[in-house]
Amino acid sequence: MPEIRVTPLGAGQDVGRSCILVSIAGKNVMLDCGMHMGFSDDRRFPDFSYITRSGRLTDFLDCVIISHFHLDHCGALPYFSEMVGYDGPIYMTQPTQAICPILLEDYRKIAVDKKGEANFFTSQMIKDCMKKVVAVHLHQTVQVDDELEIKAYYAGHVLGAAMFQIKVGSESVVYTGDYNMTPDRHLGAAWIDKCRPNLLITESTYATTIRDSKRCRERDFLKKVHETVERGGKLWARWPGGAARGSSRAGLPPPLQVLIPVFALGRAQELCILLETFWERMDLKAPIYFSTGLTEKANHYYKLFIPWTNQKIRKTFVQRNMFEFKHIKAFDRAFADSPGPMVVFATPGMLHAGQSLQIFRKWAGNEKNMVIMPGYCVQGTVGHKILSGQRKLEMEGRQVLEVKMQVEYMSFSAHADAKGIMQLVGQAEPENVLLVHGEAKKMEFLKQKIEQEFRVSCYMPANGETVTLPTSPSIPVGISLGLLKREMAQGLLPDAKKPRLLHGTLIMKDSNFRLVSSEQALKELGLAEHQLRFTCRVHLHDTRKEQETAVRVYSHLKSVLKDHCVQHLPDGSVTVESILIQAAAHSEDPGTKVLLVSWTYQDEELGSYLTSLLKKGLPQAS
Amino acid sequence: MKLYCLSGHPTLPCNVLKFKSTTIMLDCGLDMNSTLNFLPLPLVQSPRLSNLPGWSLKDGNAFLDKELKECSGHVFVDSVPEFCLPETELIDLSTVDVILISNYHCMMALPYITEHTGFTGTVYATEPSVQIGRLLMEELVNFIERVPKAQSASLWKNKDIQRLLPSPLKDAVEVSTWRRCYTMQEVNSALSKIQLVGYSQKIELFGAVQVTPLSSGYALGSSNWIIQSHYEKVSYVSGSSLLTTHPQPMDQASLKNSDVLILTGLTQIPTANPDSMVGEFCSNLALTVRNGGNVLVPCYPSGVIYDLLECLYQYIDSAGLSSIPFYFISPVANSSLEFSQIFAEWLCHNKQTKVYLPEPPFPHAELIQTNKLKHYPSIHGDFSNDFRQPCVVFTGHPSLRFGDVVHFMELWGKSSLNTVIFTDVGSDVTVGTVLQRHRRDTWLYSKRPSSQLRRKQGLRDCPWHSLPDIHLEPDFSYLEALAPYQPLAMKCIYCPIDTRLNFIQVSKLLKEVQPLHVVCPEQYTQPPPAQSHRIDLMIDCQPPAMSYRRAEVLALPFKRRYEKIEIMPELADSLVPMEIKPGVSLATVSAVLHTKDNKHILQPPPRPAQPTGGKKRKRASDDIPDCKVLKPLLSGSIPVEQFVQTLEKHGFSDIKVEDTAKGHIVLLQEAETLIQIEEDSTHIICDNDEMLRVRLRDLVLKFLQKF
Repeated sequence: MPEIRVTPLGAGQDVGRSCILVSIAGKNVMLDCGMHMGFSDDRRFPDFSYITRSGRLTDFLDCVIISHFHLDHCGALPYFSEMVGYDGPIYMTQPTQAICPILLEDYRKIAVDKKGEANFFTSQMIKDCMKKVVAVHLHQTVQVDDELEIKAYYAGHVLGAAMFQIKVGSESVVYTGDYNMTPDRHLGAAWIDKCRPNLLITESTYATTIRDSKRCRERDFLKKVHETVERGGKLWARWPGGAARGSSRAGLPPPLQVLIPVFALGRAQELCILLETFWERMDLKAPIYFSTGLTEKANHYYKLFIPWTNQKIRKTFVQRNMFEFKHIKAFDRAFADSPGPMVVFATPGMLHAGQSLQIFRKWAGNEKNMVIMPGYCVQGTVGHKILSGQRKLEMEGRQVLEVKMQVEYMSFSAHADAKGIMQLVGQAEPENVLLVHGEAKKMEFLKQKIEQEFRVSCYMPANGETVTLPTSPSIPVGISLGLLKREMAQGLLPDAKKPRLLHGTLIMKDSNFRLVSSEQALKELGLAEHQLRFTCRVHLHDTRKEQETAVRVYSHLKSVLKDHCVQHLPDGSVTVESILIQAAAHSEDPGTKVLLVSWTYQDEELGSYLTSLLKKGLPQAS
Repeated sequence: MKLYCLSGHPTLPCNVLKFKSTTIMLDCGLDMNSTLNFLPLPLVQSPRLSNLPGWSLKDGNAFLDKELKECSGHVFVDSVPEFCLPETELIDLSTVDVILISNYHCMMALPYITEHTGFTGTVYATEPSVQIGRLLMEELVNFIERVPKAQSASLWKNKDIQRLLPSPLKDAVEVSTWRRCYTMQEVNSALSKIQLVGYSQKIELFGAVQVTPLSSGYALGSSNWIIQSHYEKVSYVSGSSLLTTHPQPMDQASLKNSDVLILTGLTQIPTANPDSMVGEFCSNLALTVRNGGNVLVPCYPSGVIYDLLECLYQYIDSAGLSSIPFYFISPVANSSLEFSQIFAEWLCHNKQTKVYLPEPPFPHAELIQTNKLKHYPSIHGDFSNDFRQPCVVFTGHPSLRFGDVVHFMELWGKSSLNTVIFTDVGSDVTVGTVLQRHRRDTWLYSKRPSSQLRRKQGLRDCPWHSLPDIHLEPDFSYLEALAPYQPLAMKCIYCPIDTRLNFIQVSKLLKEVQPLHVVCPEQYTQPPPAQSHRIDLMIDCQPPAMSYRRAEVLALPFKRRYEKIEIMPELADSLVPMEIKPGVSLATVSAVLHTKDNKHILQPPPRPAQPTGGKKRKRASDDIPDCKVLKPLLSGSIPVEQFVQTLEKHGFSDIKVEDTAKGHIVLLQEAETLIQIEEDSTHIICDNDEMLRVRLRDLVLKFLQKF
């Protein structure tokens, strides 16, 4: 029995180090190759020894597919391909191919240069790894080999994010990666056609959340940022040095500085567009900075990959490229110590290292400041800790950092919420659903919902656990057009209530399967037909002449067999379709006539019926 | 399978393919040669043009002098220019299901088709084709609409009057069907019917046919198309290039194993080498500018201009031209330059890698940044302030009949210091034109008027008409474009840059992809008439290519034999294969055929229904078997001895076997039954004893194979 097998090496009932193995019709595909931000030991990478302990990975995998450039989806790639060893093709979209090496290099720098890790992948390894990448275009059908094909669909989420359909013959799996079902300030919404895969593997980060409208969240965000810098700005103008007095909503002194930890690409651009347009509209003067040198470069990628952004930006980019920011400037480390109001975007987004963490440490002690976390934070990161209410953080060297600044969470990460996930399931109409990239408890809830609403099985394997789905693929064969047309023409006849049987011969030669009419099969194989014929003697009591008997037989059959072709031939015989009936005198009894009914095996049913009909005798002539 | 040929223009094709149950239009190019018969539309009032004398008949009758003007012995229609549409009567265009676009030059007739024929289908094109196609249409509409012309001439189109006109007006075909330019509203409506596709995307049409665009290497987003079912494959090759310029290279491998390959859009100047033309372009440009003259380059706003700017980028400094301003004037100049930078995925590998850095793929970004290249929507406005001479101006339209180029021709035409360089063969206005016009003539008139006769008709005085008529050498088309500007003092240089396939490349390609049949415009199946010895300038393949011309319907030479059908797994499990020969197995199939959306499925036959307990009286007719249910065919032969043994085993006694000429007769004396057995037949003759007959039948069947 053919089957599809799925084993998550990462992202099974967890968020982080996405890596899912799929076996479909004898092909093995690895979906994503991510790292885990919550760990800095072995657990940060998927356990590739699961694939093979001794052999080469290339022999066991037909291809690797990367859904988008986030490190929890591609962070382990150089380790996997260069240190463990894989030389097969790695597929990703072009924006992912452009941006992912930059993030990998960033990640490597933090791990090696800042944390001093040894035995990490090198810059050269990132380059070598990227040489194995094959770029795919949206909706292009990529033939990995003669049987395995993959196709990318737009996923929203981040620039270049894609969902992938993996197909062998009539069996298919769709893997969503991370996706977003509502368009945002810079990207469009994910879309897939009704491709009816055997299995849909979907992320479920926000499995239980139904988020309010994006507009509200944006308004909230702008309000918070605005209040902070505007008051701070005025106060700072009056009391140089930032000695803030006065009051704000909660009786707190008004904060001054806003830190927004982000990843260099993705949410950052969305929020920049948001602040940029707001600053312009309100004519605000407080400076906005973007922390790393990556800014300019990052925005440049967005400018060059305009076709991947949302409709509005694509339509207006000639007049105004939305990624050319007037109000947002590059950040200098020294600015962090200057007391004025400002908004700073700093990387990385989960406050687990780098510049955002540095600035956070500087600003955390001041209750006037604010940090806005615009996205999901993985367990173990500083971001996760402060979001869960922790206010005393143990830093390296047993230092304890007291967090006095205001901590705000705004869900800006572009994942589909429960509604969006259901929507995608509805779009693709899969036979089964498998959840990854989420927390077990929340998955449980969504699983029930999907099973109830769509009446399909839903799975949520843990890492290392295998789900096996039996499939029953149909077998494509070639039918000779003559046979098909003959059948279809007859299917169009009025009395087609009874299901009609098509009869033919399937010729199987190597892997070539053809269904042809029996005559053609015999001819092709050089075989002669063997004709089997029956002739039955039916005795009838009739004193009239043979010719008259034949006439009576004719009119009787004509009246009974209305749908059949009954003919009386000049030589005195009667035919029903191709069945021949002749009347003869009985050799001994002149009062009896013998009807010779003759038919071939092909007319077996009708022949048999006729003999039994005639046996009952003819109706009395009126 | 049929091909309806709606355009005879080899590089502006418009064909309709009927394949299985679908009707597919392949491209809809717009023939703009018709505009050459019209006077240019000047942006600024031109005393010269407005004072041209009206044309009168030889007998002095001047009733046409309002419509027709004479310039240097050539007669032009003084009216809003009009275009020659593809045939609209050959096939009911409302039945077209889809239109496949191969590149932005071949979609210019789209609004005429989608907006005025009852078309309700979908158009498929790549994103760059759509975006740049939109720019080309926008430019065209803008060029024509911004110079409103009160007059619309129609008198000259009267058949009786047209006969009296001098060539080429006299020979112009189907002038009654010529149409004015569409509006922007029609363009937008037409473009809204387009669905975007990517290379190698498989698009299902009604479950019957699959179409796939492939990179053709000619322009941004340009594609060839595969149209196939499971057993048949048609390749449509239109405007392909094997040269490495900016677009993604041509995908040749996917064209293999085609039953039919339709080949259009070859280079219009098979004897010119694009590389050396670019060199000539640069040196002529430099020479003119150094001598204090201006250079005018009539061009389309997209395509070759990107390559020219890239060459100039490398050339400017070394040639000491850094102080010379380069102007690009088009209502869509800015959009075109911007769009070219965002289609990285559609570019050649070198340009793709640039965006990884990230840098703009085309160096014209730097030319703009450094102020070496400036672009303007028109000569009005900012341009008039910035304008410095000597300079180089890129502007449209290449036909020289409308657009800002008209202004520069009038402005610079009188000085021999200036040069106009023609590079953009584009696809419409130039060599192919004349060629095509000639073709039309030859099939419209069985006998071509001799040159003597033509001379009699007064063509002599027009210099470019006294020369031989047919040219694959490039001299003529641009002269035709220049006609209304004669006499002209400025230098004219012809450096056509057409990167499309030449005949040598075609012959290599055909050898590589091996189609069973080639179909192409008739112009490609014989050498250029003026150079009948150049048999290298035609398609050479076996079997010879089938040719078409405008308004013809071709029956394509292949027969469909097979169709895909899916055998459902339950049915597949029930099949019993039997090996007939080594490696060949057979299985008889009796199944129910389901057909939906052009997909065929075979399902297991339903189980016989249980008798319903005799509640209802059966009608006699219920018992009548359906004669359409065929029993399988039989094959094999019956060995008499074994057969008799079997009969005995099953309780028959008193068996007698007689030999006959062809076989045997087995007699069951007791049952008065006779079985004739021959090599290929068996005949059972018995009394009407159904039980007996069925028993014998089944015993016979044991020895035979069913099919």
